[in-house]
Amino acid sequence: MLRIRKAPIAAGAVLIVLFPWLAVLTPGLDNYTLVMAFAGIYCLITIGLSLLMGYAGQISLGHAAFYGIGAYVSGALTTQYGLNPWLCMLIGALVTALVAVAIGAPSLKLRGHYLAMATLAFGIIVNIIFREEMRWTGGPDGMVGIPGLALFGHSLDSITKYYYLVWAVVAVAFLFAINLIQSPVGRALRAIHTSEPAASAMGINIAHYKVMVFTFSAVLAALAGSLYAHFMNFIDPNSFSLFFSIKLIIMIALGGMHSIWGAMIGAILIAFLSFEWLHHFGEFEVVVYGAVLLLVIIFLPNGLAGLPKMVMERIRR
Amino acid sequence: MARENDTILETQDLVVAFGGLTALMNINLCVAKGTIKAVIGPNGAGKTTLFNIITGHLAPTEGQVRFNGQIISGCKPHQIAALGISRTFQTVELFPNMSVLENIMVGRHMRIGTSFWRSGLSLPGMRRQEKQVREEAMALLEFVGLAHRSENMADSLPLGERKTLEIGRALATDPRLLCLDEPAAGLNETETEKAARLIQAIKAQGITVLLVEHDMKVIMNISDDITVLNYGGQIAEGPPAEIQNNPKVIEAYLGEDGGN
Repeated sequence: MLRIRKAPIAAGAVLIVLFPWLAVLTPGLDNYTLVMAFAGIYCLITIGLSLLMGYAGQISLGHAAFYGIGAYVSGALTTQYGLNPWLCMLIGALVTALVAVAIGAPSLKLRGHYLAMATLAFGIIVNIIFREEMRWTGGPDGMVGIPGLALFGHSLDSITKYYYLVWAVVAVAFLFAINLIQSPVGRALRAIHTSEPAASAMGINIAHYKVMVFTFSAVLAALAGSLYAHFMNFIDPNSFSLFFSIKLIIMIALGGMHSIWGAMIGAILIAFLSFEWLHHFGEFEVVVYGAVLLLVIIFLPNGLAGLPKMVMERIRR
Repeated sequence: MARENDTILETQDLVVAFGGLTALMNINLCVAKGTIKAVIGPNGAGKTTLFNIITGHLAPTEGQVRFNGQIISGCKPHQIAALGISRTFQTVELFPNMSVLENIMVGRHMRIGTSFWRSGLSLPGMRRQEKQVREEAMALLEFVGLAHRSENMADSLPLGERKTLEIGRALATDPRLLCLDEPAAGLNETETEKAARLIQAIKAQGITVLLVEHDMKVIMNISDDITVLNYGGQIAEGPPAEIQNNPKVIEAYLGEDGGN
């Protein structure tokens, strides 16, 4: 039976809350709060992707585009119309939901990996739009001067404050996802993943759930994009390219896509790899990611989340 | 033969063609409410195709299927399931990564609230509902005789119990018509007998059963009415005693010499 234990969640929460404080106290690690803020933004996306890929069994190669739509809607509406950033975040999420339904509904009615193909093409097209529509997006140079967020008149101007905002949003998304997979909806998703004929014979509307989960994951990516834009105050098309979509896949493959936990661990590890540990690799960064993906697929098919079970089975043998 | 208002399922001039191959030709099947109806025939006669049409996994080329008078051909499988037709699969399609109990709980899916948002927010009503679904699923496991297996993973069961579980899961949808695709295939004698008793118990609950089966002993013992298919055509129709002595049926099964 699928039961989520409460103790690890509590332990994880305590660790996240204490993290900035611990990072400041430890010499040489004061930069880590910033990295963890980015990691939180990635987690938001991988939580949705884990539901989509690990539970509903669908592959998306276009989540960087949804991430980008969130960021660019936030950026364009705040800088050009001076709208409230929170409102822009909401509009970005709504726009993304509509786009996701428009792409998901036709391609998810078909069995097979049509969603992967559709989202691959979509991701490339959206990135071209980011580069070419100078008037709205600032083109290849990007967009500057995106305002930061404020909460009840209190500006979230430090890295630590932003860190807590990001992780508060992650916590909500995490709890939602955990509830969902323990509910009849989660059961339906797992049923769809293992046998579509049997799931439909049980009265499960397969297309409906796939579109629902795909849209939900796209909206989480859009929220992550808005958070990113208001945090960096600057965005450019490179952050939302196909390469980032693939990086997201590496995150959940590394962590283990059948587990929300795994998806978060993968996001955090890849965040540290990109911002801290792979700096001096420069352009060869890509090679490391390729190697990571290869090793995971060969030796850890269920990702890091599947590691304890694998070790236990080895010991027993 | 059943009168109009006693009929739960009927097909009218059903034709199914895959490219140039005609899998079913002018099938006029009529299933009376509350009975056990068997469809038999040699391999490749079109029995499973017929099941796939009735449950919406395939669309007929011509003709239609009526369930309680309503045309259902062309509907999606989940819509047909919601109307009250459930099924098992010849190749046993369980959810292997779930426990026995969870498999049954999936069967309750369309009879309970399954809102995406209410599930994600885990509103109080959802938890109460989960508890109730669990109890209903347990009661069903008692009925099919698998209560002692409730926490086992579905793929750890032997074939006989997997087949029983699949019947239980189909029953969890509250069907009016239950379509069983070879419930005794691969089972030993004791298991077959158990399966036959279970099917009769299901009938006793007022559920109509449509059965595809090769085991003639089971067919002759439990079915009220039999349709025989051969090469996609309907060659005979009637109660077991009649079918047993029908020369066309004997020919289809044993060849032209009648087995001499």
